[in-house]
Amino acid sequence: MSEHTIVSLPDQATARIPKDNYITRENGLLSWLLTSDHKRIAILYLISLSFFFFIGGALAGLIRLELLTPQADLMATDTYNKVFTMHGVIMIFFFLVPSVPATLGNFFIPMMIGAKDLALPKINLLSWYLYMAGGLLALYTMAIGGVDTGWTFTTPLSTHYVNTNVLTTGLAAFIAGFSSILTGLNFIVTIHKMRAPGMTWFRLPLFIWAHYAASILMVLATPVVAIAILLIALERTLGIGVFDPTKGGDPLLFQHLFWFYSHPAVYIMILPGMGVISEVISTFSRKRVFGYTAVAFSSVAIAVFGFFVWAHHMFIMGISNYAVLVFSLLTMLVAVPSAIKIFNWTFTLYKGSITFETPMIYAFGFLGLFTIGGMTGVFLGSSGTDIHLTETYFIVAHFHFVMVGGMLMAFLAGIHFWWPKMTGRMYPEKLSQLAAVVTFIGFNLTFFPQFILGMLGMPRRYAAYPPEFQILNVFSTAGATILGVGYLLPVLYLVWSLRYGAIAGDNPWQATGLEWQTQSPPLTENFAVAPVMDHEAYDYEWLEKQQKEKGVASAG
Amino acid sequence: MPDSSVHTAQSAHEEHPAYLRHHFNSTVQQADAAGFAMWLFLLTEVMFFSGLFTAYLIYRNWYYPAFVSGSHQLNVVWGATNTVVLIFSSFTMAMGVWCAETRRRRGLVLCLTLTFFLGLCFLGIKTVEYREKIEKHHVPGFHYSLQSFLDPQSDPEVYAEYHDKPLVPDMARHTELYFSLYFLMTGMHALHMIIGIGILGFMIMRARAGAYTTGHVTFVENFGLYWHFVDIIWIYLFALLYLISRHQ
Amino acid sequence: MSEHNEHAHHIVGPGVYVVILFALLIGTGLTVWASFLELGFWNPIIALAIATTKAVLVVLFFMHVWYSSKLTKLTIISGVFMFLVLISMTLTDYISRAWGQW
Repeated sequence: MSEHTIVSLPDQATARIPKDNYITRENGLLSWLLTSDHKRIAILYLISLSFFFFIGGALAGLIRLELLTPQADLMATDTYNKVFTMHGVIMIFFFLVPSVPATLGNFFIPMMIGAKDLALPKINLLSWYLYMAGGLLALYTMAIGGVDTGWTFTTPLSTHYVNTNVLTTGLAAFIAGFSSILTGLNFIVTIHKMRAPGMTWFRLPLFIWAHYAASILMVLATPVVAIAILLIALERTLGIGVFDPTKGGDPLLFQHLFWFYSHPAVYIMILPGMGVISEVISTFSRKRVFGYTAVAFSSVAIAVFGFFVWAHHMFIMGISNYAVLVFSLLTMLVAVPSAIKIFNWTFTLYKGSITFETPMIYAFGFLGLFTIGGMTGVFLGSSGTDIHLTETYFIVAHFHFVMVGGMLMAFLAGIHFWWPKMTGRMYPEKLSQLAAVVTFIGFNLTFFPQFILGMLGMPRRYAAYPPEFQILNVFSTAGATILGVGYLLPVLYLVWSLRYGAIAGDNPWQATGLEWQTQSPPLTENFAVAPVMDHEAYDYEWLEKQQKEKGVASAG
Repeated sequence: MPDSSVHTAQSAHEEHPAYLRHHFNSTVQQADAAGFAMWLFLLTEVMFFSGLFTAYLIYRNWYYPAFVSGSHQLNVVWGATNTVVLIFSSFTMAMGVWCAETRRRRGLVLCLTLTFFLGLCFLGIKTVEYREKIEKHHVPGFHYSLQSFLDPQSDPEVYAEYHDKPLVPDMARHTELYFSLYFLMTGMHALHMIIGIGILGFMIMRARAGAYTTGHVTFVENFGLYWHFVDIIWIYLFALLYLISRHQ
Repeated sequence: MSEHNEHAHHIVGPGVYVVILFALLIGTGLTVWASFLELGFWNPIIALAIATTKAVLVVLFFMHVWYSSKLTKLTIISGVFMFLVLISMTLTDYISRAWGQW
């Protein structure tokens, strides 16, 4: 890594955080809890999301500890079932689904399109309260004994064979679902109706396109899992029979309804992360994203195709062979737009002026790890190989590569990229670069052995395993410890930076988005003067001209 | 193609009405955004009901005789009456929107009140129907009884109309699925009606105070969209649940 | 798409509403009458066709979509499309289960 950097900070001797900004505008706890400012809501989300992430992470730690030894010796198998279930529920519904959209999306979508706020600010606040209600209910469920069905609530196990807290967990997910729906709805309306003059669709940052696509998924898919959960609740309490074979019902119907949401859900999770990667790669290669239109349309294509493939989670569950054939073929299709994006990001790098600030390190990690995760998805989408690999650690490795190696890295890239804008402060660069590398190493050590374990036949969701698998499990747990350090470090130095970090100024990365053409932290109304968009996205020549001609208007 | 508008002449002309929120540039933009948001919300409602329609489709296909027998237990007169009631309520709601748009305050109050009462009428009829189901033990999960299906003659009113053959015990058990879907779908629909009627009550009070007849019709318009949507759901529920097969 | 569509908008008058009201009432009568006829597999098709016609009338005229922007129409179509995707693709499983082992 060279010393060359594009970071451009103001003179620290004279620089000050602007006195009037969204943080200082109003004081007091209530001004935060009753705010309608999208930026404050984003910060509320950031704090609560981090909290839930660490709870989910602690549960992961427990899983890895148990799996150090082949016997189920750290906890009873029933308890182990509860641990991995709650790990999944919390990480998916209370971390991954809202991660980038609720924090970075909320904060920056209005700024990137030149608006003063989202279209429905009070609904935005309601989204956060629903998220908190669902999250607290999930925590309460853990406290009263948890649930052990797996985050997928497969019937008839969840309706007829367990007496754990399916109802409260289902309710928590149900409530969180409404939070997600309202966020998506808000984003779609905002992006359609509140763009600044001159901000045409094809001048939008790709971050916006990615969130637009993810929002379509949130709005159309989430209600279906809501009804699926409701049906489970009624089946459990009243025995209505919709999933009960003895009454003529079909347990697979639940799975169809559940996965109709949960497959698009993985795209809800990854698309916003891809949006972040577009911004980061462009900024740190000083080049516009290669094939802007292709990347924009790919985002929408991923969203649309993502609706047609859900039964690839059900290949061995008892659906007909013909359905397996149809869904397997369609799954091959859905890989294409993701691959297009990877190609385009790589071509963006080509002949770019690359520097390795922390967000870029995370972005490179994303490129490699998401590609591996995505490719292993193709092995799983092919029904023949899936029969061997499904319900093994191969699946666990696959989704952790795309979700943790992909999405979480993208989230961290985004947090680091926009931290100076959100807080006005820079974090310590060397330490953050170290954390990124540690995370990458820890991640690979944790999850790569799991591909091998899966191919060798180790089943998932088991507390005990044959002794010959122990060595790989030990590697995996060792990696998890390193990964934990890698995730803990950012919390520490980011919080440190709030008080002691260098003053960032308006545009430390010399990025092109509208959000960078205003003060850090931004004003409550985002822009002192309503912006007009008169240039293309990622126009670095325009930026150069800007910087030569005038300083950025700042309330200083 | 740019959707957003900043016609500064227009905003200047409209001054700054009290109901214009600060993050919007104009009342047109605000109303547009609100309407679009309402349509998106209705999309989520469509997808919410779609799971139930899927379940209905599959089980009706698998257990057709049970569904026919179950549907004969529903009174087509009540069902048709309810359909007519809702259609009229949609009419009065649409007229209400027109009154708001043409600033007819008293007309608006009248239309909203009529819609309100027609809604209550619908719920009243539903209550009558539900009570009958409860009395006959046709509520899944609550001492569900197969007697009407194993021995149709024990149910003289229905038998006189349809002369159903007795179902075999296995098929008779599947009538419970029919009634599960019946209560789920009409119950979910009724819940939406109750919420709608509640909001109507609130709107009538505000309408009387003249809130919707000064040019700011968004709330009435968007509520109208919700109300019509609930009507559309019932149109399908009526056709699917009541009209499966009524021929002798 | 010009935003003027939405509000410099066409105010739909009572005349249209009365016509649609009667159409809906006739449709209701028709569908009840048709359910008493023995038409085999046509029964559900006719019932759904009449229901859909009624629904379309409500959407176009009571909900003003006939006079609305392309965006509104596209939004509704995408919702209907997704609804149909859920049903039809779930059916690919249920329909083909009885087809045997290849």
